[in-house]
Amino acid sequence: MTPVYVAVLAPFLAAVAGFFTGGRRPRTAVPVAVSGAAVALLAVLWPAAQAVTAGATGRYGDSAHLASVPTGTLPIGVDLRVDGLAALVAVAVGVVALAVQVYSVAYLKGDPRYSSYAAFVSLFTAAMMLVVFADDLLVLLVGWEVMGVCSYFLIGHHWEQPDAQRSAVKAFVVTRLGDVGFLFGIFTLGVAAGSFRISHAVGEAGRLSEHTVTVATLLLLCGVVGKSAQFPLHVWLPDAMAGPTPISALIHAATMVAAGIYLVARLYPVFLAAPVTLAVMAVIACVTMLGAALAALAQDDIKRVLAYSTVSQLAYMLAALAVGSATAAVFHLLTHAAFKALLFLAAGSVIHAVGTNLLRDMGGLRKAMPVTFATMTVGLAALTGLPPFSGYFSKEAVLGAAEEAALHEGPVASWAAWLVLVVGLLTIAVTAAYVTRLWLMTFFDAPRSGIAVHESSPAMRWPLVVLAVPAALLGFAGLGHGWLPHWLSLDERVPGGITPLDPAFPARPLHIGAVTSVLSIVLALGGFAAVLAVWRRAPSRDPSLRLQRLRPALEEAFWVDDLYDRLFVRPVRLAARSVRWTDDGVIGAAVAGSGTEATRVAGLLRRAQAGNVQTYLTGLLAGVVLLAVGVVTLT
Amino acid sequence: MTGALIPLLLGIPLAGSVALLLAPPRLGDRVAVRLGVVTTGVTALLACWVVAVEPSTDVAWVPSLGLRLHLGVDGISSPLVLLTAGLTLLCTVYSLKVLPEAGRPRGLIGLLLLLEVGMLGTFVALDLLLFFVFFEVVLVPMWFVIAQWGDTSDAVARVRAANTFILYTLLGSAVMLLGILLVGFKAGTFDIEALTERGGGGLSHGVQVLAFAALALGFAVKTPMWPLHSWLPDAHTAAPTVGSVLLAGVLLKMGTYGLIRIAVPLVPDGARTLAPWLGAFAVVGILYGALACLVQRDLKRLIAFSSVGHMGFVLLGIATLTPVGLNGALFANVAHGLITGLLFFLAGAIKDRHHTALLDELGGGLYERLPRLGGLLAFAAIASLGLPGLAGFWGEMLTLLGAFDPAAGLDRGYYLVLMALAGIGVVLTTTYLVVLLRRVAQGTTSERWREAVLMRDATPLELAVWSPVVLLVVTLGLWPALLLDVTEPVVRRMIGA
Repeated sequence: MTPVYVAVLAPFLAAVAGFFTGGRRPRTAVPVAVSGAAVALLAVLWPAAQAVTAGATGRYGDSAHLASVPTGTLPIGVDLRVDGLAALVAVAVGVVALAVQVYSVAYLKGDPRYSSYAAFVSLFTAAMMLVVFADDLLVLLVGWEVMGVCSYFLIGHHWEQPDAQRSAVKAFVVTRLGDVGFLFGIFTLGVAAGSFRISHAVGEAGRLSEHTVTVATLLLLCGVVGKSAQFPLHVWLPDAMAGPTPISALIHAATMVAAGIYLVARLYPVFLAAPVTLAVMAVIACVTMLGAALAALAQDDIKRVLAYSTVSQLAYMLAALAVGSATAAVFHLLTHAAFKALLFLAAGSVIHAVGTNLLRDMGGLRKAMPVTFATMTVGLAALTGLPPFSGYFSKEAVLGAAEEAALHEGPVASWAAWLVLVVGLLTIAVTAAYVTRLWLMTFFDAPRSGIAVHESSPAMRWPLVVLAVPAALLGFAGLGHGWLPHWLSLDERVPGGITPLDPAFPARPLHIGAVTSVLSIVLALGGFAAVLAVWRRAPSRDPSLRLQRLRPALEEAFWVDDLYDRLFVRPVRLAARSVRWTDDGVIGAAVAGSGTEATRVAGLLRRAQAGNVQTYLTGLLAGVVLLAVGVVTLT
Repeated sequence: MTGALIPLLLGIPLAGSVALLLAPPRLGDRVAVRLGVVTTGVTALLACWVVAVEPSTDVAWVPSLGLRLHLGVDGISSPLVLLTAGLTLLCTVYSLKVLPEAGRPRGLIGLLLLLEVGMLGTFVALDLLLFFVFFEVVLVPMWFVIAQWGDTSDAVARVRAANTFILYTLLGSAVMLLGILLVGFKAGTFDIEALTERGGGGLSHGVQVLAFAALALGFAVKTPMWPLHSWLPDAHTAAPTVGSVLLAGVLLKMGTYGLIRIAVPLVPDGARTLAPWLGAFAVVGILYGALACLVQRDLKRLIAFSSVGHMGFVLLGIATLTPVGLNGALFANVAHGLITGLLFFLAGAIKDRHHTALLDELGGGLYERLPRLGGLLAFAAIASLGLPGLAGFWGEMLTLLGAFDPAAGLDRGYYLVLMALAGIGVVLTTTYLVVLLRRVAQGTTSERWREAVLMRDATPLELAVWSPVVLLVVTLGLWPALLLDVTEPVVRRMIGA
């Protein structure tokens, strides 16, 4: 277990060091931050290697019980656990954290806030590692919310800008709304299972009443929906793009938003015992998947297009969980982390060169920025799900799981599986359309920016090349009897490494169906062709303008923000104002009355006792004694 | 030998107080403050000793009244004793450099020491009448602190605030005294330990309900519970920094401590009958306080209203009548004392530098012009909104967990509703604190403060005073067992669960 402690503590200590010395010794900030992430990554490679070797022969799992905190009822256990799933996700987190630290050294060069920024990224890493390794729901919650607060500070990095302020507040409040439900879910599950321990709750899942499990999982889902930016709590993620690009790239695309998906995978047997929750998850996933993809179709800001695509792709992961395949969900989580990190960094390179986020001011960058063009094309192809890029395999694994649940028996009602299948296929067409629009508007036609554009510096170029490799090839890991399901120690019924493999449910390879493959390729090409046809008629015009009256709805993401403003923000403001009115007007008037009264009383006291402290005290004590004597004699 | 420890714990600050208040005027202010630091320092050391050995004293005091000098500490009171001694020490150290605007530090320190006697006495008293005496002793110095050393810009307002404070609390205390006398005479003893052991035995249901109502009302004023809170914002706005710190940090805890130590265990039947009411008022307070904070114009007033909300969580924990709820209440008590104490220190420091605490006049840009103060304010706000991993979380989480599964005989569905409403309160609390940071800390400095050349970021002495608080908030947040290990067995024994 030592590597696990190191993985959590190294970035934590780097954060502490960063907060306390960073301001005074800016030069030490860089090595401290980078080494914190590097040590964490090195530490998690050890359990990951063990999981790989154990994958062939059996299951891998190790846990430690450090302490138990009494509460008066169920104790909080400081428990950590590592298994294949945790090790794999931890490696992804470690890679991403190290990448963000290295990239930020160049990106934030000369920024006076670098040291606190790097410390928050370190703290974020420690918190995410804690989420990954925690075996107690309340310990997990600590990491979960510390991550949220780091995200708040990082989104608000440019705190002098109103945009950044608003987005930071929104992200924190919206996710915390989900987290309150999450806390109540922890209560429900923990009290029913008799322990807050995750591995215990997973073992008890079959013995709990379906009603309890349903309530618990629905409440836990609130937190998942908030963290992983799913409808109806998805509104914070597109706005979170106000943070610096590495933060958008790596935290809001690759790690933190994945925590929700990871949590469901971790507690999967509990969710499998609640078909109602799975159906709700399927519906939420479908609404989010298609809605976010449609919204991405009409965004002007390149980062917002990618943000909505993140929301949409996370919905695929949630859909995979809903139809009973945690492996497919984690598979898509990993490929998405690779290609989305690539896409954001490539977008950062474009923005850096053009000096604007707006697609309509780009265009014609293909020749001037060949490396960015090539790598971003790979990323976009993976996002669309074109073979042989990674996104194709993982998305097919999701659709394959949906197909199986729809045609054969699955943990979720077959209508829900059908819904996932149909909407999942439809979304591929829309995804292809917005990807094509972004691709054409950025790299083709004549340059519209009016400035001389050239390729970014090597420091920004090489991460693109490095990330393009997994974005292109990671899909092959899940092929056939590929090592991924084994490595994860995850099959559809018995996730986690400790439960012995149930012979009734042998580990299944990821299922990639011929029909869904053909359909999704055809739909993707259809989406591509449609946008291309529109674009060719007027290459300098935004293809989404052809949507005409539909466009505002998509651009404003169906006015969900306005709706929330009307439903929640304004009523709360009104309530707050009426509270002030009550306090100033009604209670205040009473206070003013009693104040006059009090002055009179005080005046009397003053006259009687000459304003002398000692006399006051004596008087008070005498009063007490007199009262006591009075009562004694009266009784 | 150890029997003299607790009387000594009270005697030292009392002696210091008398010495300072009676000293001839030619005693220099600096000497006076240093004397205060030495006195509170010795008291704090002694408090550590007392907590370590948990001694008790029990001698006859006024035999004709059956009044006994029964003093002692246990897991419930020791965290509060340490909190009191620690915060008072920090306040006197703070006064070394930051003198009250109103001058005359000698008198202020003398009163703080007297205040300390009352606060410590309340937490160590194990006799009802003794408890009452200490409970009342606190009022007088606090009145002077607010009325004489308060907000220098508005003399009328500060005297009115002080008067409101003392009037409210005295009326509450009168009702509470009736409750004490009712319990004492019906049960035939004023000894808290003996009465706790009896657990309401020998008291009829009617007497218990009446006694609980009277006691709870008195404590509720002090806590303060909505709608008896309206003395608090005025008192805080008017009080000097050290007054606010002790008022929020310790004085409010006397109310909830009284509920846990006296009202709940002594008349448990009454508690069971009235707990749902207490819970309802608690939750209204949580929501009302949070909503009020969203529209406050004054930083100190905002923090004061936030106390109404946070103390609502403490009350909710008590109202569940479960060990976990009471543990949560005790934890939240200490956490709130530290965090809000820190917040008031920071608000005071901000006000010292700007000579205003009005949010509109302060404007944004604290991160920009005073980065250390801004960073500390962000830390305190994040702690106050109950972020897991900092002290504020565990208390509130445990009170909610208590409400999730309240004591037998209480309506679970009703408490689930209370828990859900308190959950909304958590979100609103988050909102007003991040909105506060947005208004004050983020953004850019307005023209008005750009020219203020004399503005100095947190001084070494300020940092020295605040860093122990910050450290404790982090330590308790990361290692809640530190406190729960102490309170849990006592709570369990006390309510017989």
